[in-house]
Amino acid sequence: MAKKKTIRTIPQERTPMREQDPQLRAKNFEEVACGYGLEDALRESERCLMCPDEPCIAGCPVGINIPGFIQKIGEKNFRGAYDILTDTNLLPSICGRVCPQENQCEGVCTVGESLEAVAIGRLERFVGDAAIKEGWVNIPYIEPNRFKVGIVGSGPAGMACAADMAKAGCDVTVYEAFHQPGGVLRYGIPDFRLPNAVIDAEIDNLKKFGVKFECNTLVGRLFTIEQMIGEMGFHAVFVGVGAGYPTMLKIPGDSLNGVLSANELLTRCNLMRARDFPDFDTPLPIGKRVAVVGAGNTAMDAMRVSIRLGAEKVYCIYRRSRTEAPARAEEVHHAEQEGVEFHWLTNPVSVLDDGKGSVRGMRCVRMELGEPDDSGRRRPVPVAGSEFDFETDLIVYAIGTNANPVMGQTSKLKLNQWGYIGADENLATSVAGVFAGGDIVTGAATVIEAMGAGRKAARSMKAYLGIRDPALTYISGDGTGAGTLFGIDTRERNFARVRIA
Amino acid sequence: MSNFEIVTREDFSDVTYLLEVRHPLMAKAARPGQFVIVMLNEQGERIPLTIADFDRNKGTITLVIQAVGKTTKQMQQECQVGTALYGMVGPMGVPSPISRAKKVLCVGGGLGVAPIFPQARGFKESGAYVIAVLGFRTKDLVFWEDKFKACCDELILCTNDGSAGMKGMITDGIKVALAGHSNIEEVVAIGPPVMMKACAEATRARKIKTMVSVNPIMVDGTGMCGGCRVKVGDQVKFACVDGPDFDGHLVDFDDLMMRLQRFTKDEKTAHERWSESCRLTKQVGLSALDALTRGRAPQRELLELPDPFEDAPGG
Repeated sequence: MAKKKTIRTIPQERTPMREQDPQLRAKNFEEVACGYGLEDALRESERCLMCPDEPCIAGCPVGINIPGFIQKIGEKNFRGAYDILTDTNLLPSICGRVCPQENQCEGVCTVGESLEAVAIGRLERFVGDAAIKEGWVNIPYIEPNRFKVGIVGSGPAGMACAADMAKAGCDVTVYEAFHQPGGVLRYGIPDFRLPNAVIDAEIDNLKKFGVKFECNTLVGRLFTIEQMIGEMGFHAVFVGVGAGYPTMLKIPGDSLNGVLSANELLTRCNLMRARDFPDFDTPLPIGKRVAVVGAGNTAMDAMRVSIRLGAEKVYCIYRRSRTEAPARAEEVHHAEQEGVEFHWLTNPVSVLDDGKGSVRGMRCVRMELGEPDDSGRRRPVPVAGSEFDFETDLIVYAIGTNANPVMGQTSKLKLNQWGYIGADENLATSVAGVFAGGDIVTGAATVIEAMGAGRKAARSMKAYLGIRDPALTYISGDGTGAGTLFGIDTRERNFARVRIA
Repeated sequence: MSNFEIVTREDFSDVTYLLEVRHPLMAKAARPGQFVIVMLNEQGERIPLTIADFDRNKGTITLVIQAVGKTTKQMQQECQVGTALYGMVGPMGVPSPISRAKKVLCVGGGLGVAPIFPQARGFKESGAYVIAVLGFRTKDLVFWEDKFKACCDELILCTNDGSAGMKGMITDGIKVALAGHSNIEEVVAIGPPVMMKACAEATRARKIKTMVSVNPIMVDGTGMCGGCRVKVGDQVKFACVDGPDFDGHLVDFDDLMMRLQRFTKDEKTAHERWSESCRLTKQVGLSALDALTRGRAPQRELLELPDPFEDAPGG
């Protein structure tokens, strides 16, 4: 055992990750961040102090044993690191790329108190990518039970739930409305941030667990949730359909040609491959000057896609300041490097038309920050008389989404006042056997939060079905036995199937 | 679910054709007014098509398609009995409410004749007196006259050139129907936006409830992209999940027509390239086609835009 590491003895600087040159990458859809090499990963793993309180684990929505897998990297036992990761997270390659680590594990890292936090996300990606390259799959011993589980939506929530239920021995079928599985990972997040090959690899892993994927299936309309539970014989159903339904600004000129949602831009480009038009049939005429409204991750994706599709100028229009921008810091940084022009504290007033039904420009107003609002961020207020016009021929709205109405229209699931599916703290809905999680419950959030919800729903589903989950059953807790009954977690609601030997 | 096999094909004219696709589950679920999204192949675009008929016993969905653009022309060429579509998802959209109206006028223009059929049949089954007004440009384009005769109490057929039925625009047919019946409670109109607009105007004065089925450009059809947004009264609705049926007196048709022009230039590019490759295939075989598709196709032929009356993708 090497002598104990301290904040002074570890490498002080965070190991940088090689990136494609901004000039070059702005013209291609290859991945921007190239990932750690072996030396990089070993060096960065040295920076973890293995501190006893492990705040990173609590900071991770799925509770990955972060020091554990980093230690295995240090020991050059990459397969071991992969095993630890996949204990809790089946999709390390994806999460390592798209999680907002700075607000999660890395945000609470002990090293981060005095130096830059350990690059946990990059290490996770390193291990995940190694597994894809080496073809590692951890297929646990699965003992089939008689339960049939249906998953609606093949995005991150659905995939996570499917994995857990398949591991528990259920016969799992995932339904997807699009012609390819993956949900937002496929249609939303562009290739240069999350290559399709990575999504394919992770989906193949699920198939190896016995998970079946049925595409071209619009649940609710082709058959209802009630039919799944009834005549189709599913014992439990998870609904993870995402929020979808994009918000428009509701300003004059919204319906002009050349105004579209980020969802539409990204779907056309990523899933439908409009970037290869006319080899692929879906068109996507890109403007010379593109204005993207919003500053979340979706907005950054839309801007960077526009640059790659050949826009000469790409503007970011955001009514708050950079500090309040919800995007990952790295994405804003990348967008900036690639030449996006940021207009903070600027709010659109109207879209100007060219007299022929298309966009000519946009009228905006300058904002300043006032008192904090409900979200705790300072509320932007318009500066009187500061209106100005600028030229643009494509306007992309990336200002969030509302609840997709299809589930509400077609089932008896109870919705909340905003139209999202109502679920209790265990993610159970108002219909027995039906669970829901991800954006359709919480409103737009992140990939890892959706995965967390999928896993949580899986735990509730197992309890509902009476499947014994050792991790839950013998939960150690605080040692007082509170919240347990004879050592059995009270969260496990169904005691009927417990057999006394 | 299904492999989307084509089990029947019928050509109504050199531009209009019918495909019957096997999909037992969808045949069971489909209701009048709903639509599907079809993909011809992996490189294809997603095109919305209104369901023209469904047969629960045979387990099939019927689509009537007009060859107006690249995809629909390619489908006309490639979709033969025994072949299969790459994808077909649905039934999408809110089913048309078949009201308790006692006397109903069903108006179908051009390709819109096909999707009005399930509605006419639905109304007939719910006990209404159904009058159908069908409009075509000319006799050669007429289809399904018998099908409508079998489920309607009255049928008014009009052609622009008078080669079949009465001579005149579809609105003339509506006038005849309205003149003959003072107690029509509801009108349902499907066809090109210009036609639906004219229908809505024809009934506005008498305040007869008029439902139309709008056909904007879509990508996913599940409410996710917002490309299909239409102005209905003072609201913005997504045709795919809030529609496709809306109150014709409230729909902003000018906005709808403008938005349908969104990709005109690209549609033309795709079409020209495809026609060029078809022409070359016929001349020199497939090897040249391969070479051609690798580079950009030269754009020689200048094709005329289709007749707006017939330009009703999706019906």
